[in-house]
Amino acid sequence: MPDVTKSKTDAAVDAIAPPAADAAPEAPVAKPSTGKPRSLWGDAWFDLRHRPMFWTAAVMLFVLLVIAAFPGLFTSADPRAGDLTNHYLTKPELGHFFQADWFGYDIQGRSIYARVIHGTRASILVGVGVTLAITLIGGLLGLLSGYFGGWIDSIISRITDIFFGLPFLLGTMVVLNAFTERKVYVVIAALAFLGWTSICRVMRASVISAKQADYVTAARALGAGTSRMIFRHVLPNALAPTIVVATIALGGFISAEATLSYLGLGLADPTISWGIDISAGSEEIRNNLHVLIFPAGMLFLTVFAFIMLGDTVRDALDPKLR
Amino acid sequence: MGRYVARRLLQMIPVFLGTTLLIFLMVHILPGDPIRAMFGDKGADPAQLASLREKFGLDQPLYMQYFDYMKKLFQLNFGETFGGRPVWDEMTAAFPVTIRLTIVALVIELLVGLSLGAWAGLKVGKAPDTGVLLFTLIVISVPVFIMGYLARYVFADTLGWVAPNVDDSMDITQLLLPGFVLAMLSMAYVARLTRTTFAENLRADYMRTALAKGLPRRRIVGVHLLRNSLIPVVTFIGTDIGGFIGGAVVTEGIFNVQGVGNLLFRALQQREGSTIVGIVTVFVLIILVINLIVDLLYAVLDPRIRYA
Amino acid sequence: MTIIEETASAPLSGAGDSDSTPLLEVRDLHVEFHTRDGVAKAVNGVNYSVGAGETLAVLGESGSGKSVTAQAIMGILDMPPGKIPQGEILYRGQDMLTMGYEERRKIRGRKIAMIFQDALSSLNPVLTVGYQLGEMYRVHLGLSKKEAKAKAIELMDKVKIPAAAARVNDYPHQFSGGMRQRIMIAMALALEPDLIIADEPTTALDVTVQAQVMDLLAELQREFNMGLILITHDLGVVADVADKIAVMYAGRIVETAPVHEIYARPAHPYTKGLLESIPRLDQKGQELYAIKGLPPNLLKIPSGCAFNPRCPMAQDICRSEIPPLVQVTEQGGAELPGRGSACHFWKETIHG
Repeated sequence: MPDVTKSKTDAAVDAIAPPAADAAPEAPVAKPSTGKPRSLWGDAWFDLRHRPMFWTAAVMLFVLLVIAAFPGLFTSADPRAGDLTNHYLTKPELGHFFQADWFGYDIQGRSIYARVIHGTRASILVGVGVTLAITLIGGLLGLLSGYFGGWIDSIISRITDIFFGLPFLLGTMVVLNAFTERKVYVVIAALAFLGWTSICRVMRASVISAKQADYVTAARALGAGTSRMIFRHVLPNALAPTIVVATIALGGFISAEATLSYLGLGLADPTISWGIDISAGSEEIRNNLHVLIFPAGMLFLTVFAFIMLGDTVRDALDPKLR
Repeated sequence: MGRYVARRLLQMIPVFLGTTLLIFLMVHILPGDPIRAMFGDKGADPAQLASLREKFGLDQPLYMQYFDYMKKLFQLNFGETFGGRPVWDEMTAAFPVTIRLTIVALVIELLVGLSLGAWAGLKVGKAPDTGVLLFTLIVISVPVFIMGYLARYVFADTLGWVAPNVDDSMDITQLLLPGFVLAMLSMAYVARLTRTTFAENLRADYMRTALAKGLPRRRIVGVHLLRNSLIPVVTFIGTDIGGFIGGAVVTEGIFNVQGVGNLLFRALQQREGSTIVGIVTVFVLIILVINLIVDLLYAVLDPRIRYA
Repeated sequence: MTIIEETASAPLSGAGDSDSTPLLEVRDLHVEFHTRDGVAKAVNGVNYSVGAGETLAVLGESGSGKSVTAQAIMGILDMPPGKIPQGEILYRGQDMLTMGYEERRKIRGRKIAMIFQDALSSLNPVLTVGYQLGEMYRVHLGLSKKEAKAKAIELMDKVKIPAAAARVNDYPHQFSGGMRQRIMIAMALALEPDLIIADEPTTALDVTVQAQVMDLLAELQREFNMGLILITHDLGVVADVADKIAVMYAGRIVETAPVHEIYARPAHPYTKGLLESIPRLDQKGQELYAIKGLPPNLLKIPSGCAFNPRCPMAQDICRSEIPPLVQVTEQGGAELPGRGSACHFWKETIHG
């Protein structure tokens, strides 16, 4: 019986794998002749360093992180101060770099540039927060499930099935709908509540396969204790697939947060979120495309950078390639 | 095979019960009072609130409410909306629309995704491959609602090829643009998955055999490669249905399609528990059934899988 | 490399060809693979020929280039990363390397067929064996689906698969290893080709099944008077079926000989090492000989004779000059027909 209950993220991860480009004809040729053998992580880092995609993503993410941490460095305009008399729906002044009117003004006369800059923090916080949360929850459950097996595995797997059975975005909408005050941590909790299942499944699968590896069996035969087994032998070898899934999921969570905020079910004023601004801009799309296009573009760039990072990390860590 | 199906159906029961209970709890246990919300900020007198609570069974303990709900569910009684219409009627009007939309999206997803993926997979490392990878990377990075507005802005507002809003939700031709928007994300995943499996299977020993047999290229790719590469794609589509449902809420909203997504969104705004739970219950059932079908299809595509 | 060319194919042709052009002739073939780590030279100037009804055994370790040569003949090399910078592969006197794709495709399977080592992975897992066998007839002869299936059953009978008619709709994984290899053989035989290349056809099988499969192959070869190139690393398999042997090392032929002579008197230290590393009953209790060291890295083939780091007889000249494949003679100078050795010290090896 196949395990066809693979999550979307799994499949997405599979989908991103490039095949090994260089095939060696027969065994001896395949062995790289250079130097001493590298570890998986060393090898991955070596691989990453030589990818322009990785550096592009890294630089983009660095800039985004700086914006999220210190928005004041980029704009002095107040993102919440509307000026209906002077600036109502003013078109962008594309020459006015880093000025308040660079991207124009929205329907309430607020500087779109300032809002785009100040909206970064919420997106990044949600993305990183949810990813950390699901890695902890899903990772722990998957580890317990995979390592101990038996009834622990049965219970955790059934719970995972149940949570996985709910459509992710839909379920999150229902959860968030119950909250009237939707701060960043509420949105993080809601997304994590239903988002941990794929990490759990990936972790469980890789723990099971790591546990079956010969050297792990050997370690156990030599009398290694449970905690030593888990932290020294199983976990380090099961970590890579989990990290890959988490990295790729991060971009998806940012996208999900924006979607929820756009629907009015995610972050709410006074938190500044691109999703909310895009929703407002969508009503002006015919005549004032700029209200929508700048927050949408910024959102795209952020998700793009994270997905690209996920892609390259996956390529580097995928053991199928070596 | 029959025994396998029976066992799978049995396994579905606890998952179904668990998931419906979960959604039930999510709707009813979380903070917020739907009856009070019905009256907005105006407020209502306590007697009226109490009688309405009784009417919707909200005064009962939660487990009784769930038990009651499940009992009615088997008689296809999903309860009533706050407006007094049976939820079942609302759903039978909306589901055909969403199913149509989903089918349109699925066809687009498969046609475009498979072709793009196959093209890239056959030319790994060359320009088409890089192009498809970049294209899918961009598509994956654009959230559905932005995709929707862009598509509407370009095809309806600027080019004028289609009307910006769907006025007859049962008309397939009007569903093409929303279907396209809904399909985009999954299409990108299908393309990437197809590319990877194509490229991997190209290196398989049986491909070398097919070549050594002197088969024409068309046959090698169309029969030997494609049959093997479809297997993971079918699996993916099964698991992707849940994503479609989330996307439908957004897409139907943007294009004013009167489907389940719209119905659900309205129910969410009004905190109408019975409609929310009803729709999600049906969705969960659909997902479970589709996953079963996909499993069976998997066995048809891959004879090595035996169900006993 | 040019040294090899001069001494070329002389020692190998002749044995049993009825007409002057052999069925298949490989001339000075070079194959290299362009990998991330550099250029791997897998085949470096190979010459051999096979006539109708003749069996040539190509012997060597993995990485010796024996399989790559076969794949180059079939035209199923992955190119890129593979590349054939030099050489000719003549089928009935025509160079296949200069043919168009379609012309070459029509030879594949129909005139020259190949049997692969691992039948399980070499057969398509999602198609029935009947379909895969019948495909040969449908594609090459334009037969209908029904006719093709009837032919497939016939073929399965021919390779002695029990209950062929009942099993024609089974999938490869439903057969045992030996039966699967029979199906591979049947597929290669389908159109009664002139030449069959068998790439380690029995390596993946149990010892008892190995003999059955080899016998079947030899029997069918006699029946259809086919040429056979048998690629193997197993000297035991070779003795019974082959007419002549070519031993390969690091992409070169290091020794050629009629089959029985090589066992009695090897003319290359590598062949000698291979023979001495076969366990023998009469040497029970003694330590088994093993060639020391590892097969060479094809990215960095040692200068001079590629075998020199592992050779017990290596001298300075072995590290600087590539030994050409020369005619081997008796001590008195009489030519030994069909025998050649690429060793600076072949005389010492064979007569020493």
